[in-house]
Amino acid sequence: MRKRQPKTYTRLTHPLVRDARTEPFRRATWDEALDRVARGLERNRGAFGMFSCSRATNETNYVAQKFARVVMGTHNVDSCNRTCHAPSVAGLAAAFGSGGGTSSYAEVEHTDVIVMWGSNARFAHPIFFQHVLKGIGNGARMYAVDPRRTSTAEWAESWLGLNVGTDIALAHAIGREIIHAGLTNEAFVRRATTGFEEYRALVEPWTLSLAEKVTGVPAAAIRELAHAYARAERAQLCWTLGITEHHNGTDNVRALINLALLTGHVGRFGSGLQPLRGQNNVQGGGDMGAIPNRLPGFQDILDADARHRFESAWGTALAPHYGLNLTEMFEAMEDGTLRAVYCIGENPAQSEADSEQAVRRLRQLDFLVVQDIFLTRTAELADVVLPATAGWAETEGTTTNSERRVQRVRRAVTPPGEAREDIDILCDVAARLGHDFTYADAEAVWNELRSLSPDHHGMTYARLEEHQGIQWPCPSTDRLEPTYLHGRLWESDPARRGRPAPFGIVQHDPPVDLTDERYPIRLTTGRRLDSYNTGVQSGGFASPLRRGEAIELSPEDAEHYGVVVGEQVRVTSRRGSVTAPVWVDPALRPGLAFMTFHFPDEVDTNQLTIEANCPIAGTAEFKASAIRIEKLPVATEVPPLTGLTTD
Amino acid sequence: MTVTPLGIPRRLVEFTLDGEPVRVPEGSTILDACRAVGKDVPTLCHGDTLTPKNACRVCMVEVEGSRTLVPACSRRAEAGMEVRTRTERALHSRKVVLELLASSVDMSTTPRAAEWIEEYGADPGRFGPDAARLQEQPRIDNELYVRDYGKCILCYKCVDACGEQWQNTFAISVAGRGFDARIAVEQDAPLPDSACVYCGNCVEVCPTGALSFKTEFDMRAAGTWDASRQTETTTVCAYCGVGCNVTLHVQDNEIVKVTSPHDNPVTHGNLCIKGRFGYQHVQNRD
Repeated sequence: MRKRQPKTYTRLTHPLVRDARTEPFRRATWDEALDRVARGLERNRGAFGMFSCSRATNETNYVAQKFARVVMGTHNVDSCNRTCHAPSVAGLAAAFGSGGGTSSYAEVEHTDVIVMWGSNARFAHPIFFQHVLKGIGNGARMYAVDPRRTSTAEWAESWLGLNVGTDIALAHAIGREIIHAGLTNEAFVRRATTGFEEYRALVEPWTLSLAEKVTGVPAAAIRELAHAYARAERAQLCWTLGITEHHNGTDNVRALINLALLTGHVGRFGSGLQPLRGQNNVQGGGDMGAIPNRLPGFQDILDADARHRFESAWGTALAPHYGLNLTEMFEAMEDGTLRAVYCIGENPAQSEADSEQAVRRLRQLDFLVVQDIFLTRTAELADVVLPATAGWAETEGTTTNSERRVQRVRRAVTPPGEAREDIDILCDVAARLGHDFTYADAEAVWNELRSLSPDHHGMTYARLEEHQGIQWPCPSTDRLEPTYLHGRLWESDPARRGRPAPFGIVQHDPPVDLTDERYPIRLTTGRRLDSYNTGVQSGGFASPLRRGEAIELSPEDAEHYGVVVGEQVRVTSRRGSVTAPVWVDPALRPGLAFMTFHFPDEVDTNQLTIEANCPIAGTAEFKASAIRIEKLPVATEVPPLTGLTTD
Repeated sequence: MTVTPLGIPRRLVEFTLDGEPVRVPEGSTILDACRAVGKDVPTLCHGDTLTPKNACRVCMVEVEGSRTLVPACSRRAEAGMEVRTRTERALHSRKVVLELLASSVDMSTTPRAAEWIEEYGADPGRFGPDAARLQEQPRIDNELYVRDYGKCILCYKCVDACGEQWQNTFAISVAGRGFDARIAVEQDAPLPDSACVYCGNCVEVCPTGALSFKTEFDMRAAGTWDASRQTETTTVCAYCGVGCNVTLHVQDNEIVKVTSPHDNPVTHGNLCIKGRFGYQHVQNRD
């Protein structure tokens, strides 16, 4: 295999500016750079978007969304949570009114059935998986639902290898089987849910044999999972991007939530729904209001009372409508209604589906400022680049994990050169635009947030330290709430039970990018154990496990195309084409190929992926593209002229 | 309201420790009781996140009525027990155990070993120059961590951490039997040829420095490792949304080692390759 030349990034140490995109960057003082940012944003008022950061602290996200809403007067603020788990938030919020996972890691150790759906946690969330392994050790049965027989599936009682994009069909068949077997938790359905009759009619056509045809999973395996889940005293349903990174990701999430509603596996210790988040603060970014439809504390912008509270606290008027999400902001760049972007620590030029299109759209902006620790591909497109501190090792603050636990991050090393903290930079730009954001430190930001978000009110820095993090909701400073959400659904008093959870009436809808004779192979994407996202962080250490990007094929397909491990092949989708070396993985079934997006500087996988977006959450269908594999013409070695000689 | 169900309430057990009455929750070990009252009992193979292995025998104490000394790390406290931690027999046993261990392996990087050897009057040299000794060269076969079996006391903590107690990777095992038993990776394979996933959870529990991070190993070799100048700051890992707590050991503004608090509810002291080793990007400063 060719020698890998991984791109390593070095830290930004001083601001960079340029007058035109055709020029190279030149070093600038902070004053000059910030003045330019202020001018660039000022002239684009009304056409501004903020990309906040799922790896920055809660405090940074809070100030970033406040900057967008107060200084720029817009709700156009979002983060790359749009490219991963926005459907989980949207789906859970639609069912329960709150966008967080409903249970805690420790509960997985004390449950009876664990379903890992579209999640290779063994690789992508290894320490969460240790809790799963404890659960298995304590007697829980685990089921893995995934097109690939992953290393997570190796630990499963049973692996349900469904066809990519048939999750709803499988979920509906499980639901129908539970209903027909008389395993519905009728008391829970009657008291705590709505829409059951509609749901029953919806799933009725999904017999086991139809589901077997559509999903490729044997009927007996579907039946076994349905019975195991419904009969369990306690059960956890966990999912990752295999569910959400589809054009109908929110529908997928609703289809899974339906199963928990049907069986009462939510709102109790050990029974719950657990989306595993992909970035250290993707939960917190949304909680802090760095999303276009929610204010800090996940309070709806359309809720007049909540809006008024923020208006009086911030001394500003807030528009009573939603802003644009990340996907819509990219579309608005295309038609010229979004002309300036403030991008904090994101790399959309490489992380968005159909990355060529994303780069083209970013180039159309009148003004782009990127605040990051590296000169990423996105930063290379900017007018001004501001060097920031690393959120997790150079900054004080908090982040929120997948089990809603808010934990302290602390400054361990001094940032390089002139790099400054995100909050200080934002406050300086705000001052230049006539707004006085002054905070003594991160704790002052946090205390402002606590005064506005009831769910975070009880979490003082001192208490976060004392308890090694606290899970929201935490409204009181002198007690802790249960580790699971929505216990209210089990109350006998209807007033305390609150709004019942509606069944999601969602239809199976196959992937947008269909396979056919020209593009016969289904490409899906995911993570490897030792690498992370676009590789900007994880490229920095020498992992003995890393072998670079490859197109992973089943042994059958490799034989069919006559290709071997290490051989370069051309991979083509309807949008783009890349060359990549072959890797053969027996965990893949014929017709299924796998790539990551960890090495975009070697192989830009997102040139292949489709920007078919979930209409509710805006997440793209990274998990399902149609591709074809072509053998490259061999660089023919000139054979020695042996034919002319005889022995 | 309680955070997690408490289960059956645990009773308190009362017994006598060095003549003083003590009360500990049912299920506690003698070692737990000693530490609760501030008594120092040396331990090597005991791990706060692992099931006791009773391998090193350095924590032995005397229990009234017991024919043999008992290991404090695993023996549960029972009502009415009379435990003495500093009888002549117990002290003598610890002295000999330290002499046997220190004569056969290099304990120069074992925290507190030198202090205990002095405290118990141990003389590791008394078996003479012919004493059996592991003469192993450090094995450096990857860029992340080093195995120096010349420092291994066969406590099995790495085997348990890699195996069913935490990581479930089963790359580390015991090769050989009896006097030839030693810790090995699979059939004595180099790490890159093994099932190892480089989580470093074995290094986290190693009591002697037989397993050490390459950064620490290299700095010790160069004479630049200075724990007294290091700060330890606990923050949250920047990879994935699980939210593992990482403790960054920093010397001269460089991260030189990453550990995790053993009592942390998310990690219980465990990390993956990214959290343990993926910090270099922060300090690619020029």
